[in-house]
Amino acid sequence: MPGPDKRMTEAEAVGELSSGMTIGVGGWGSRRKPMSIVREILRSDLTDLTIVAYGGPDVGLLCKAGKVRKVISGFVSLDSIPLEPFYRQARQNGTIEAAEWDEGMLLLGLTAAGWRVPFLPTRAGLGSDVPVEMPDLLTVKSPYAEPDSGEFEELLAVPALNLDAAFVHQNRADMSGNSVWLGEDPFFDDLFVRAAKTAFVSCESVVPTEELAGLADVTHLKISRLDVAGVIEAPGGAHFTECPPDYGRDETFQKRYAATAKSEEDWEAFRTDFLDIDEQGYQAKVSELRKANS
Amino acid sequence: MNTSETTATRRADVCAAAIADCFAGDGERLCNPIGNLPLIGGRLAVATSEPHLALTDGFYTLIDNVPPVGMSEAERLENRTVVHWNPYREMFGLLWHGRRHVMMGATQIDRHGNQNLAAIGDWKQPKSQLLGFRGAPGNTINHTTSYWVPKHGPKVFVDSVDVVSGVGYDRAAALGSVASRFHEIRRVVSNLAVMDFEAENADGVAVMRLRSVHPGVSVDEVAEATGFDLVVEGDVPESRVPTAEELSMLDQIDPSGFRFREVPDQ
Repeated sequence: MPGPDKRMTEAEAVGELSSGMTIGVGGWGSRRKPMSIVREILRSDLTDLTIVAYGGPDVGLLCKAGKVRKVISGFVSLDSIPLEPFYRQARQNGTIEAAEWDEGMLLLGLTAAGWRVPFLPTRAGLGSDVPVEMPDLLTVKSPYAEPDSGEFEELLAVPALNLDAAFVHQNRADMSGNSVWLGEDPFFDDLFVRAAKTAFVSCESVVPTEELAGLADVTHLKISRLDVAGVIEAPGGAHFTECPPDYGRDETFQKRYAATAKSEEDWEAFRTDFLDIDEQGYQAKVSELRKANS
Repeated sequence: MNTSETTATRRADVCAAAIADCFAGDGERLCNPIGNLPLIGGRLAVATSEPHLALTDGFYTLIDNVPPVGMSEAERLENRTVVHWNPYREMFGLLWHGRRHVMMGATQIDRHGNQNLAAIGDWKQPKSQLLGFRGAPGNTINHTTSYWVPKHGPKVFVDSVDVVSGVGYDRAAALGSVASRFHEIRRVVSNLAVMDFEAENADGVAVMRLRSVHPGVSVDEVAEATGFDLVVEGDVPESRVPTAEELSMLDQIDPSGFRFREVPDQ
């Protein structure tokens, strides 16, 4: 039997959040980010959020808009522009708290949350300034002797990243949340979904359930409706980040966004033009711009 | 020394050969250089001295061919002999397993090979936020690492790094022999010289040693461009000049000459 219809709007999904929550955002850098949801959060009155992400413009925009108390990340980057300008500002001005983990640690923290264990051990981070600068990260002594030395190895205990909510963007999904990614990397979206109490999938298009398995081989059916609370149909929803094979990154738009970090006036103009309008208006403006540039 | 040969030697080609030599003896491992010249030098190693190394396509697969650098996205997808699916989660698995040698950049590096690419100033509220820690902590504690520095100077080679992202030999030693058993910082290649860690301080901890200077560079020049005392033992040899085969391979790997823009001739 088919699953329940969980389709909703961005506003309905964001309406389930409250200030102070810990929210995971899927994707990687400037790749397949649930940007239509991010834009909805920007328009909301939410504050004090803790954001967990392999960060890109999602993190930069939320920091700039004053939505964020803390960012837990493996990095924050726009890929083709290595440093996210607004995250940088927030760090240098001290307006947010940051936990900058080794990239792999984030995978372990999300996995631990999904598996409902308090931590997962790793060597990654030991000896670096990660546990020095973030002293809430503790080590654990293995109960098993290392065979060659007989020693009980000390490892970093990466704490579970328990999320109140998670947002991921997929290429296709059905109305109950079974999802398909069509690029070459699922990133960590399935782990974000499992790490969260409530998870939302936005997608380029909602398709009939019977069509899912024909879209790609079964290994691309990575997120199941069992773990999804809401489905948001959002064509172009990852813009200006990439969402292959549906579309690449809008580099022109990304450059324009990044350049607004240089003047408050430019930022205000960008905000008025692209962020203080609804998603339909945003997508209309983007396609106008694309026509003008081509 | 043959003068005509010396004038014909281009610094960027010497750097590429020195980078390729970092991977000598690695056998079947993932050769994972990051940045323009590291990519060129790493691919040179695969094309010549270490043919069983694996490469990535820059994204989500391992490939068993040596494509040129600087391709468009469409060309990149056409010019790859894909042998393994390697999304990020798989890359973490691979590097935790250890069969990888990465070459990273360094905004700062100290005598023990501690690397900083995270931030300048106090990490809590940095003067300049850089990349964050990225994968440097996990890389350095799990497998072999080398570094590339395109502009050798005292602001890069510093007495003490502001933030330790990549783990150096003193930090590794402090962890003890079990926790640090997979740690190896092999080489640092710069536009001036090649450094290794085949020397020790009084406490028996590995320290950076000048291994060779590139043709046309003096030992004093390198010492002046280094913010700590490099170990210099006896007569420091010159970095080797690439062979004719390597030079022709370099032109295939880097046909548009990215390497000369990164390291101009002196």
